[in-house]
Amino acid sequence: MEIIENNKKYDVVIVGSGAGGGMATKILTDKGLNVALMEAGPFFDPANADQQLHLKWPYESPRRGKGSTRAFGDFHASYGDWALDGEPYEMKNDTKFNWWRSRMLGGRTNHWGRISLRFGPNDFKRKSIDGLGDDWPIGYDDLKPYYDKVDKLIGVTGTKENIYNEPDGFFLPPAKPRLHELYYKKAAEKAGVKVIPSRLSILTKRINQERGVCYYCGNCGRSCGVYADFSASSCLVFPAQKKAQGRLDLYVNSMVREVAVDKNGKPNGIVYINKEDNKEYSINAKVVVLAASACESARILLNSKSVYHENGLGNSSNMVGKYLHDSTGADRMAFIPDLMNRKTYNEDGLGNMHLYSPWWLDNKKLDFPRGYHIEIAGGLGAPMYGFGFDFNSLNKYLGLDVGGYGPRVREEVKKYYGSTIYFAGRGESVPQKENYCEIDPDTKDKYGIPVLRFNYKWSDFERKQAKHMNETFEKVVHNMGGHMLWDNKAPDYGLKTPGEIIHEVGTTRMGSDPKTSVVNEYEQLHDAKNVFVVDGGPFVSQADKNPTWTIMALSWRTSDYIVNELQKQNI
Amino acid sequence: MNRRDSIKTIVISSLASGLILEGCIPREKEVIYENVWKYKYGRTPEELQRDLELLNQVFFSKKELQSIRVLANLIVPPTEEGTIDQAEVPEFIEFIVKDSPSFQEVLREGLVWLEEQSNKNFNNAFVACSEEQQKSILDTVAYPKGEKSKEEVFFSTIRNLVITGYFSSEVGINDLGYKGNQPNIWDGVPDEVLKEHGLSYDKDWMDKFVDQSKRNEDAVWDDDGNLLS
Repeated sequence: MEIIENNKKYDVVIVGSGAGGGMATKILTDKGLNVALMEAGPFFDPANADQQLHLKWPYESPRRGKGSTRAFGDFHASYGDWALDGEPYEMKNDTKFNWWRSRMLGGRTNHWGRISLRFGPNDFKRKSIDGLGDDWPIGYDDLKPYYDKVDKLIGVTGTKENIYNEPDGFFLPPAKPRLHELYYKKAAEKAGVKVIPSRLSILTKRINQERGVCYYCGNCGRSCGVYADFSASSCLVFPAQKKAQGRLDLYVNSMVREVAVDKNGKPNGIVYINKEDNKEYSINAKVVVLAASACESARILLNSKSVYHENGLGNSSNMVGKYLHDSTGADRMAFIPDLMNRKTYNEDGLGNMHLYSPWWLDNKKLDFPRGYHIEIAGGLGAPMYGFGFDFNSLNKYLGLDVGGYGPRVREEVKKYYGSTIYFAGRGESVPQKENYCEIDPDTKDKYGIPVLRFNYKWSDFERKQAKHMNETFEKVVHNMGGHMLWDNKAPDYGLKTPGEIIHEVGTTRMGSDPKTSVVNEYEQLHDAKNVFVVDGGPFVSQADKNPTWTIMALSWRTSDYIVNELQKQNI
Repeated sequence: MNRRDSIKTIVISSLASGLILEGCIPREKEVIYENVWKYKYGRTPEELQRDLELLNQVFFSKKELQSIRVLANLIVPPTEEGTIDQAEVPEFIEFIVKDSPSFQEVLREGLVWLEEQSNKNFNNAFVACSEEQQKSILDTVAYPKGEKSKEEVFFSTIRNLVITGYFSSEVGINDLGYKGNQPNIWDGVPDEVLKEHGLSYDKDWMDKFVDQSKRNEDAVWDDDGNLLS
């Protein structure tokens, strides 16, 4: 097929506009480079009235927000979910894997939970601690200056807690807890579980004149129209565009197929399909930065086959796609009779919980190697589709009859409004070489690009951890005088399907040995000095935290390195 | 260009770009546009097209919709706070069965069963029965014990849709007492609510939380991360 060439030559082409790609775009353009930013989805600006999703009412959707066209509901700021039309993925060996893809400017940063946690010193050295997996080639001290810079540039709430593996940063003041969160704090502390104010990238206080301050509509998952939450579009790409004065070209609806190489096998840009005309185009650049998401970047590398790179680019080690791992998750819900018959008031608050529990125990004293944190949800939320289903089923916990209709519906719906709390454990899994994605030999997507095939299984490490999550929730709920609404039984204890927590990382892991890793500590391919990966792919291990803050700190560090190497003419 | 016009442009351009409408739906274009413009959230052109097609298909007959309306009024009877019609519950149910087709069979067969019961017991159509007669039919399926029969599944399903449709409407939200979805300043749980629950904010914690009087001052820290502003 003919590839249409673009005569312009860029310093850097960046593939993907989410957390990693957005950060690289901001830093590299700030440093004066000419950048092409490729995004597979359309342009998205949460402040654009036609795209705006926040401050909408359920009745502004004909399905009242039901998740039939978007998995997490009509107002959720993600174009795409577990499935994309014409872009399938395959599984083998009884694998169940769910792959979330968000095709839009800013990617998954538009809809994410804004939980912004630094990795701690232990999180980079797990093998030294428990003998499993591998250590990172870098430590917390290498990344600390970049975490500090990310805190100041983006903004994150929090409090100084002096917990060794939960490092403090430059925090904005957090918001006061909601009622059910005060209940949680009391009951959790009684069970020995630590509870601290949430660390969320939401502006409770102004950080500059370009972005607004949170007005507590609780709609962060819809992407903020006044830019008071972190989305890569509003907080990184738009400021970069403004400052770069024409040195940044944004290519939307552009699906990158592969990294291109010159006649000597050296990467010299990318090839993409323009979704508007379905034709193939090339972008020429000195440096290629992949940030398409861990699995999508692995797919691009594996599809970049040439006589020089028969196995795919950067894959002489056969490690591209290996060590895929997601956070673990297990959820429970409880009914708290003390929270019945509530006086209502506006309890929307920030777009996530105001308190959470970081990992508080020592795994050496437990039968599973890695920790987890606890997120909670509840309160007087907006009634969307699904609200009021089985309207008085909680009656059974009070010995009252269930069912019926008529005037009791209003009474009983109001009686139970705000009386349940949702608990979510989110933990660290042990990365395994046998969990991977690879190119499916048969299937192509609608653009003709070979698709991914997943192979993934949880181990007893994760199952035992999920069991412990359930036991913790039960203790906490017992202390609240509550009732669990369901049980998570053996053998899986409610452990979520891999991919479901949407923290998948590890597919292009970093290391100092080119035989067992794909990139070096600067996220640079061992096999090609001018190709970098700045999404979750380079993670050696995904901690019991959320990956976004670490993706951005690493991407900033890598961007500084790229600028230096270009100056020294090393790449 | 005002907001409505710009949405109109999206609709028209999505039609022009080959996402078909004409021919398959025998209605005036204006009516079609009115239906879709009523709902305005940040849809993609593909989502808009899907809504457009669903909104202009018809699933329930007028007679079936009338039964649904009567049923809905029995499930959530009208009060001064709001009514089923104000909440557009029948319209919502008509939409949701096209949006999520798994509802179609259970609801349609359930409505047939309602007619059979009212004909058999009262020699009348369900909507023409007295309220007492209608309730006597519902009472046989409204209190399932154990495994639900087909008719009990029907009643649970329609009851769920009626209740969720009511409380996610403008009148239903007000009736429930939900007070959010608007710009405001959160400064904690109201004192009287804290008192009622025997709770308070720890004094140790209070100075950690945001001082809302300084929210608009740019954040400044010292080198150790202590907030100075």
